[in-house]
Amino acid sequence: MSDVVIKAEGIGKSYLIGHEPKGKDKYVALRDVIADKTKGLWSKIRNPSLYEHKDIEEFWALKDVSFEVKRGDRVGIIGRNGAGKSTLLKVLSRITEPTRGRVSIKGRVASLLEVGTGFHPELTGRENIYLNGAILGMTRQEIKRKFDEIVDFAEVEKFLDTPVKRFSSGMYVRLAFAVAAHLDPEILLVDEVLAVGDIGFQKKCLERMQSVSNDEGRTVFFVSHNLDAIVSLCSKCILLVDGNSIFFDKVGSAIDAYTTNNLTVKNPVNFENVKGFGDMIGGRLLEFGVFDAKGAPASSFSMWDVMQLTLGVFIENLKIRWQISIAVMDKSQRVVSILNSEWSDADLNLKAGKNIIRVSIPKMDLFPGTYSLTPMLRQEGIVSTHKINNAFTFEITEPQTKRGFLNISKYSTGSQVWVNHVWEKTDGEIK
Amino acid sequence: MKNENILVIEAGRAEKHYWVDLWRYRELFYILSWRDIAVRYKQTVIGVLWAILRPLLTMAVFTVIFGKLAKLPSDGNAPYAIMVYAAMLPWQFFSSSVSEASNSLISNTQLITKVYFPRIIIPISSLVTSFIDFLISFAILVLLMVYFRFTPSWNVFFLPFFVLIAFLAAAGIGLFITALNVKYRDFRYIVPFIVQFGLYISPVGFSSSIVPEKYRLLYSLNPMVGVIDGFRWAILGGEATIYLPGFLMSIGVMLGFLVLGIYKFRKMEKTFADVI
Repeated sequence: MSDVVIKAEGIGKSYLIGHEPKGKDKYVALRDVIADKTKGLWSKIRNPSLYEHKDIEEFWALKDVSFEVKRGDRVGIIGRNGAGKSTLLKVLSRITEPTRGRVSIKGRVASLLEVGTGFHPELTGRENIYLNGAILGMTRQEIKRKFDEIVDFAEVEKFLDTPVKRFSSGMYVRLAFAVAAHLDPEILLVDEVLAVGDIGFQKKCLERMQSVSNDEGRTVFFVSHNLDAIVSLCSKCILLVDGNSIFFDKVGSAIDAYTTNNLTVKNPVNFENVKGFGDMIGGRLLEFGVFDAKGAPASSFSMWDVMQLTLGVFIENLKIRWQISIAVMDKSQRVVSILNSEWSDADLNLKAGKNIIRVSIPKMDLFPGTYSLTPMLRQEGIVSTHKINNAFTFEITEPQTKRGFLNISKYSTGSQVWVNHVWEKTDGEIK
Repeated sequence: MKNENILVIEAGRAEKHYWVDLWRYRELFYILSWRDIAVRYKQTVIGVLWAILRPLLTMAVFTVIFGKLAKLPSDGNAPYAIMVYAAMLPWQFFSSSVSEASNSLISNTQLITKVYFPRIIIPISSLVTSFIDFLISFAILVLLMVYFRFTPSWNVFFLPFFVLIAFLAAAGIGLFITALNVKYRDFRYIVPFIVQFGLYISPVGFSSSIVPEKYRLLYSLNPMVGVIDGFRWAILGGEATIYLPGFLMSIGVMLGFLVLGIYKFRKMEKTFADVI
């Protein structure tokens, strides 16, 4: 147990994004605040109900990230753009606070999210080593002790007293990385910084990171789009998908999962370690899967495709009249539709213990876009007993008709639900 | 294992180890101050000269306008120029601190979004730069005193105390404005106005003794009134007197701003990396 150096439990980070009219500054100006407040006051007087509406949307960059990392592990973090990789590193390095969840860290953390953070172009190489070292958390004594080593590693001894603004970009990167590589933290967080710099030096850096973790038992987190670097450096891997994490003990399987196009999240999703919402008395959700017509796990469907949802539910109390429902939500977390066992008149015949419930959707009548599913277990008339927000995210793509792929999205109608209908030409009068 | 301490990161948790962290990051504070100073005086011919010229020229103008043309009285028998300069010192320090601090976070965006450290280090270390200018200007004061053959009294030994008050006043108001400046970017247009306005409502070009007695307490709501009176008392010795209720009032307002500034800064600090 004592070997666990970082333990993350359900970290989530949300940002508020405002939808301002185009062309406006992204900064908040006091002038606007005053203007808006005044406007708001006026409309509040005239029309109180409208006031509730705000152009601010909550965006969860990280939804539910949990993992345990042991001393000496080299953990790769992979995922698509916007999956939350950088946000995760920012939370771990304390640059930004998580909105929910908790991380316990044992040992000193140093983060290298950018090459040469705080380098000042006017200062010399020597001065910048001290400056950068201090910024990364080294004491002056430490830097003094390692100074020669750093200069050696960076291969810049001739230019130590030249302002770094005259350095070539290669020298600049080497110097910056050399400082970082000589940090003595128990945990090192490295973001995509090796993308710059020549290949020989990149290799040297990878070796250095490998050796500090092997010989000195350091823990390294490494974010990269370069899968080869991940394979050669890392021993464990975290795959981030839309702000959710999947931890892999083997890098190979993480890469497989990442490169297999369809698998954007573990499917079926298991809720055993997810708390969700609700008291979970008398019953709880266990797992949730999304499948295509053939029963294969899928997360991308054409419009009008067959979709099958499977839900594992654990029931203890049979006396309660249980309702199972699944909310379909759009990107802005608005409920588009609700599938509810009660309203469908379903006779599920639940038994005590584990039940597997299947919901078949013969035709998914949603317009192209990204949607998410929130399964709920609830008692009639009462708030949900167990609910997992956005348990699964899926995508509806353009449908193929006789005339090829439609391109509905380009009309940006804002339409989400397709109403089943038929067009035909009739004879005679309107009636 | 060197460090068995377990750090817990949670929403709202940062509070608890903030002041401990501040101590732990003191080296960063030194080095950032050093950087600001080094960069300021590198490659600028008039770097140091600027620190000398600005208060001297302002002093000359104020002495001519308020002392010679408007014929305002000095404090006791002190030369008008020295009286103005004694006020110029804390005022220049205060005004440049507030304007430097308010921009400091924005000009260090790169650091804030990439590394963790207690953010308060940045505006405070920018105060240090202004403090260096203050020391340079102070050296000029000594020369002026020699020139005017003005001997200070024992009061001068209290000067460090007033310097501390000036520092705290600058820190409090500086932090308050810094926090607002990150959130509301147009605040930077307001800062020069506040600084300029402050120059006229503070007793820089004139002695605060010319303010009618019944308004002096009200006048001392401006924390710089207390600071400037203190400086004059210490530098001019027996020539200047301190109006005690007003002085205490200024100190009170100053402390109030300090608490407010730190509170506001701490409150906004958590979101700096997100909004900057």
